[in-house]
Order: sequence, then structure tokens, then C-alpha cells
Amino acid sequence: MSKFSLKDAYIDKARRDFLKKAGAGVATTVLGAGITLMAYPDPAAARKPDEPVDASKRWGLLIDANKCKEDCNACVTACSQENGWKLDGDPRHDSQWIRKLTIKNPQGGFTQSFPVMCQHCTNPPCTDVCPTGASFKRADGIVLVDKHICIGCRYCMMACPYKARSFIHQPLEDQKPHAPRGKGTVEACTLCVHRVDRGDQPACVERCSKDGNGALIFGDLNDPNSEISKQIATYPTRQIRADLGVDPGVRYKNL
Amino acid sequence: MARTVYMKLQNHTGYFDILILLHVAVIAVGMGSVYYMEHFGHIVTGMSNQIVWGTPHVFAIFLIIAASGALNVASISSVFSKYGYKPYARLSGLLALSLLAGGLAVLVLDLGRPDRLMVAMTKYNFKSIFAWNIYLYSGFMVIVLAYLFTMMAKKMDKYTKIAGYAAFAWRLILTTGTGSIFGFLMAREAYDSALLAPLFIASSFVYGLAFTVLVLITVCHTSQRSMMNEDMVRNFRGLLIIFMAAVLYFTAIFHLTNMYSAEHAGVEWFILASGNVYSLIFWIGQILIGSVIPMAMLAWPKIGGKRQTLSIASVLMLIGGIAQVYVILIGGQAYPMVLFPGMEVTSSFQDGMVGTYTPSLPEIALGVSGISIAMLLSGFIMRVMPFLPRGDRMG
Repeated sequence: MSKFSLKDAYIDKARRDFLKKAGAGVATTVLGAGITLMAYPDPAAARKPDEPVDASKRWGLLIDANKCKEDCNACVTACSQENGWKLDGDPRHDSQWIRKLTIKNPQGGFTQSFPVMCQHCTNPPCTDVCPTGASFKRADGIVLVDKHICIGCRYCMMACPYKARSFIHQPLEDQKPHAPRGKGTVEACTLCVHRVDRGDQPACVERCSKDGNGALIFGDLNDPNSEISKQIATYPTRQIRADLGVDPGVRYKNL
Repeated sequence: MARTVYMKLQNHTGYFDILILLHVAVIAVGMGSVYYMEHFGHIVTGMSNQIVWGTPHVFAIFLIIAASGALNVASISSVFSKYGYKPYARLSGLLALSLLAGGLAVLVLDLGRPDRLMVAMTKYNFKSIFAWNIYLYSGFMVIVLAYLFTMMAKKMDKYTKIAGYAAFAWRLILTTGTGSIFGFLMAREAYDSALLAPLFIASSFVYGLAFTVLVLITVCHTSQRSMMNEDMVRNFRGLLIIFMAAVLYFTAIFHLTNMYSAEHAGVEWFILASGNVYSLIFWIGQILIGSVIPMAMLAWPKIGGKRQTLSIASVLMLIGGIAQVYVILIGGQAYPMVLFPGMEVTSSFQDGMVGTYTPSLPEIALGVSGISIAMLLSGFIMRVMPFLPRGDRMG
């Protein structure tokens, strides 16, 4: 008999819930005796503005560390331009929604470089600790900060295992309408939620395929036919600090 | 047993007025600092995206820990039925409330958006230990106020014991909550330990009692009345030694547990042996100045029983307390977050680097003003309400 574990029970429940919701996603209309019209949602279609986000999608990123080159910063530049944050030469205070990390194995010196951003965890510690609920996870897995109720306590920054969040240390100007930012609040990668909601890819992914090395794939982890799911099913991939059990939506290949 | 007569702080010397003026001045500078920090943003502080909590938090957490410990004397009298402590129970409750108010004021005034305090009070994420703490703090205030009411109102003393038990239980839960703010953080190597809760409880006993002793000695001095007999001096002396021994015990166990696990060896080396500012503050600030010297002074038969020794030891223990919270809080954040164990990591965001932090003057002013808020509040209430045992006139 297999050993019962709380975690397995939790995962089973999550699967059942998902299947229920996925079932509900297939709209069925009985038109008459023997005639049934079934409408399947188009996975590629954009969400209508008045349509709620649901858990049938789980957005994720796959980053190929072999394709990503140390001298390329295309994803970082794209994110900065898209969302209106910039580096002012003050690494202690500048916001960095995405950054290039270089890791070196001290034994032999093997080096790799790749981007790290909010990992959009299934169990995000930042949302657990946020006292007001300003840090939240959408049903489709995107972790965001509600800028209206963030009180700037920075507990989420203490809790994030990926150092993915930044605090806005000084007054700002020239913000992008789709990426509101404000002094005294916390911010992080939004997975370009404004683009995703209209059916586009995040700016980093788009720029990486255009000007970079095509190292980033964005897609629905719940859709077995998506490119990201196929890659994950075919090649070994990993999550950063998978041991923490937060289940990031950002995966890495060849790392 | 003779019934204790209570009095307001009256016929005080000029020393009291000087202290009040000093606290008013410190608070004024603190509030000016808040305005400065809010106007220009946290860029004018030493805090950064790596050291996200700084000196204001050190003082805020120190004061919140001290608040629950300040209730020691009242608990010893009501819960443990040691009636020699009863004359100080009112003062003990008052200090608990004012220290908590001071700590919370600093915490709130350091928020990135202190203007959104109403949001913090109306929107709760019940999974957040921070949100639990908001209930723990307000509950503590209500329970201690009720406890004081039973002590001070006519014919309510039959409820003092039950209120005392409730306050005692609540204060233990409250400090567990404060310790868990760090204990629940799995992301940082220096925290993520259930031992932080009992460590904070033991620390609260020391800080709270040291504050109580110092305030008591100050009001004796300023009112020219002897409110503490030799027995009480001896009791406070013994308690401070025992409580500090408990803090050292939990500190040792905390570090030994971490050292035993190879995963945490890096952060232990960083805090205890790397010779950086945090090692120095730990060994010289917390252990030597804050623990060993005051314990030795109090234990030394020749001088241990003197009031001056008690005062100096209390001051040293409070300095040690600030050092302790500083090392836990700032040192814990300065140690680089481990994203890739065993790898050397670099980035434009200071990954893999030890965080640098120098407290700025506005931060220090805000932090210290928390102590002044607590002391001013206590002083004012002692002045207008009968919180002090009458005692005998000195001289």
C-alpha cells in the first residue's frame, strides 16, 4: 500500500479542483434531441476585459540557460522600457524587476548567465506574509502587488526567497499607465500581465526572440499542447530552490 | 499585610522636568525625521533593497519585546502570588502599554505609506503573521487596560487574578508572534527557526524588567521617595540574572542548532566568526556589555545588592538588547540570500554580496523617539493618575 502523505492529498485535491474547473470550461448546450453543441475555449485567445481570470491557465516561463548569453541584456532592457523602471547606477536602491544572474561553479569555474525575476510561485511566501493582502496571486498564477493597498511594510521582501521584489525609495515621474508605480510601495515583475491579458507575450520573451537568443518561452503550463509544456515534458528542467516547496511558475532548462 | 497606598507622581524634582523636556525634544526630532523620510522617500535612510528593515525596526521590535516583558512584575504578583511585587503591578502594566505604543509608533511611521494606516487596520490577510500581530497588539492593549482597571477601580480587585492570568497568557502569545515574524521566514538563512519565539520571550523578560527597574529607580529619585526596599532590590537583582541566563541559553541553542547543520554553517560563520560589524556587535555588544558584565556586576556580592549596580546593569542589558535585535535583524538580512547553494552568484542587484548598511541619522532619531514616546507617555500618566506606591520620603 502506498504511504499516505498530506502533500499528496493536497496535490490530489488541487488536481480534482482543476479538473472540475477545466470541465466547466467546456460549455455545453443541448439544442435538441440528439444534438449537442460543445464550445471549447480557444487557449490562445485573449481574455475579455470583463471576463474573470480563472485557474484553467497557469502562466509560466521556461528559460534556457544554454541559449542565454552573458553579454545579452535584451530581456532586462525590454522589461525596463515596457514597465518604466530604470537603472540609475544605484544598485542598492534601483528597482530591478528582472536581472541577469551569473553563477559560477567554484570547482572548475563553469559559468552560466540567465535572467531571474518574480518566479510567480504556486505557494508564494510574499502573499502569505502580506498583512493587507496587497500581494496576491491571480487564479492564473500571476503574482502581483495591488498598489492601492500596499502599505510599504516590506515584509514580502523579507519573505521572497528569490530577492525578486524592489521597494520604491524615491518619488517617481513618467510612469506607464499600464504599470502604476509609487514611492513607498513594493513592486516586482508582473509577467507583463497587461500584455498577457490582451493575448500578447511578456516584453522580455518577445525581445529575447527578436534581439536575443530565443532563450525564453512563455505559455500555459496547464495546456499539454503549449510549447512550454512540451519542452518541460521532453527535457530536464528545474526550478530555483525547488526544495522550498513554493513551486515557481518559472522553470529553467540546461541549468 | 499593610495595604499599599498609591500616589500620583507629585512634588517631583527638576530632574523630572528635564527628563520630560529631553523626551519632548527627542520626539520632535523623530517626527521631523519622519517628515524628511516621507518627503524624500527611504533613499535618505541606510535601508536598501537588500536591508529592507533597518534601525527603526530594531527599536520597534526591541520596544515591542520589552512591552510584553514589562508586565513581568504584575504577572509575578497576580499569577505567581508573590505579593511583594504587588505595589509595582500598576506601574508594570503602564510600562507595558507605553512601551508597546512607542514600538508600534516607530513601526507605523517607518512604513513606505504611513498614510495608509487605515488600510492596514481594515484589510486583513489572515494568513499573515503580521496581520495576526495587529490583533495580538490591540488585544494586549485591551487586556492590560482591563487588568489595570481591576487593580485601580473600587471593588474590582476580585477580578485582578483572572485578568492577570489572561494578560500573562496573552503576553506569551504576543512575543511568540513577534518571534515568529522572523521564525516563519524560510527564505533567509538567519531566520527560519521556531527557536526565535522562545528566544524573544526570554529576551522580553530581561528588557521589560530592566525598563521597569530603571523607571522605578528614576521615579524614586525624582519624587524623593523610597519605593523599593532592600528585599525588592535583591529580588530584581536575582531575576535579572536568571532571565539573562535564559536568553544566553536560547541564544546558544539557536546558534548550536544552526552550526550543526552544514546548510546554515555559512550564516553562523558570518554572524559569529567573520569579524565583521555584526560579529563585533554580537560578541562585544550583546554578550560582553549586554550580558556578561551586567551579570557579573549583579552576582558580585560586594556591589550586586546596590541600587546603582542595579541601574547600571539594567542600562547595560538594554544596550545589549538593542545589540541583540540589531544582529538578528540587520545581520540576518546582510547575509546574502542563497539562490544557488554551492555556487558563486553575481548580478547587478547585489546577489551573492554581503549587504551594506549604515544607519542614517533620521532612522536613529525615529528609533530613539520610540523610547521617548514610551517614557513621555508613562511620565504623563504617572503624573495624573495614581500609579506609584507611596513609599517613604527619603532624606
